[in-house]
Amino acid sequence: MFATNRASCWRQLFAAACAALLLGACTNEPMFTATDITGATFGQDFRLFDPDGRTRSLADFRGKAVLVFFGFTQCPDVCPTALIRAAEVKRLLGADAGRLQVVFVTLDPERDTPAVLREYTAAFGADVLGLYTTVENTARVAEEFRIFYRKVPTGDSYTMDHTATSYVYDPAGRLRLAVLHAQGAEALAADLKTLLQSFSR
Amino acid sequence: MKRLAFASLFVFTASTAFAQVHVAEPWVRATVPQQRSTGAFLKITSQEDARLVAAQSPVAKVVEVHEMKMEGDVMKMRAVPALDLPAGKTVELKPGGYHVMLIDLHAQVKEGEVVPLTLVVEGKDGKREQIEVQAPVHPLAAPANGNQHGHGHGH
Ligand SMILES: [Cu+2]
Repeated sequence: MFATNRASCWRQLFAAACAALLLGACTNEPMFTATDITGATFGQDFRLFDPDGRTRSLADFRGKAVLVFFGFTQCPDVCPTALIRAAEVKRLLGADAGRLQVVFVTLDPERDTPAVLREYTAAFGADVLGLYTTVENTARVAEEFRIFYRKVPTGDSYTMDHTATSYVYDPAGRLRLAVLHAQGAEALAADLKTLLQSFSR
Repeated sequence: MKRLAFASLFVFTASTAFAQVHVAEPWVRATVPQQRSTGAFLKITSQEDARLVAAQSPVAKVVEVHEMKMEGDVMKMRAVPALDLPAGKTVELKPGGYHVMLIDLHAQVKEGEVVPLTLVVEGKDGKREQIEVQAPVHPLAAPANGNQHGHGHGH
């Protein structure tokens, strides 16, 4: 239900963008493989802690594209796959690799302590940044970013269902793309190259 | 050299399997300290119709067979009561599908270690057998196929 709402929301946004621009532009091939959500009003910024306890927000990464993924480190499958893709994208960006900041936001701050986050993100690249906040604020941030998640009991522990969509911000800090989990590294690297092209180094 | 290493690994795995159930290319994703769970992946082939009904490992308190599914772009992971092993068909437990979930790990699982797994397979006659598997630990950032040694299949 949530996903449907979101999809229809994007469709509306897209339609609005078409109306605003020349209609012809929208019949052309889209510029991105990912969903272009330029103009979206959600997920504008965050205030989260890095493993050193410093408050971080999107403004810290101005001048870089930012790829944001929400997950939890106990996740055996989707989260490492998304972060492996991020690492592969950096490799494919070549000389532009330094113009991309990868951010992993935990949805499970109870278990993903700063120490766990630091070690986990480092496994996928020294410059991948893990961010967290309190349990209460995690819920607020997830809602603001339209990330669904919930705990699912298993054994006497729990796992989590969660949205696996990544977001891309441009170097000016604007939310631009929603990237499905299934989108491959090549297509994502191409999207980022397209995005970075319109911003001078 | 690499080929040889993989071949010996395979023989090691195969020699522990029962005649009618074959397990290949098992691996476990490494964890960081205090990370309490991870996944094991492998290929399993049964000569007769059977089901994978349980798994055990000394490294974790709870071991379950899980299915990962995307609904829209929401990832859901659930324990499955049994995984069908149709006769002669290789069923892959791999990222994006099924995995053996190792929950409440007793210690960090480090790259280069070997994790013992016991797979419980039930035949159509209800008879159960245990298959012992030695799964090497691959880096946390190992890609989905988990196969660092090239393609190998032996007999
Ligand atoms: Cu699982």
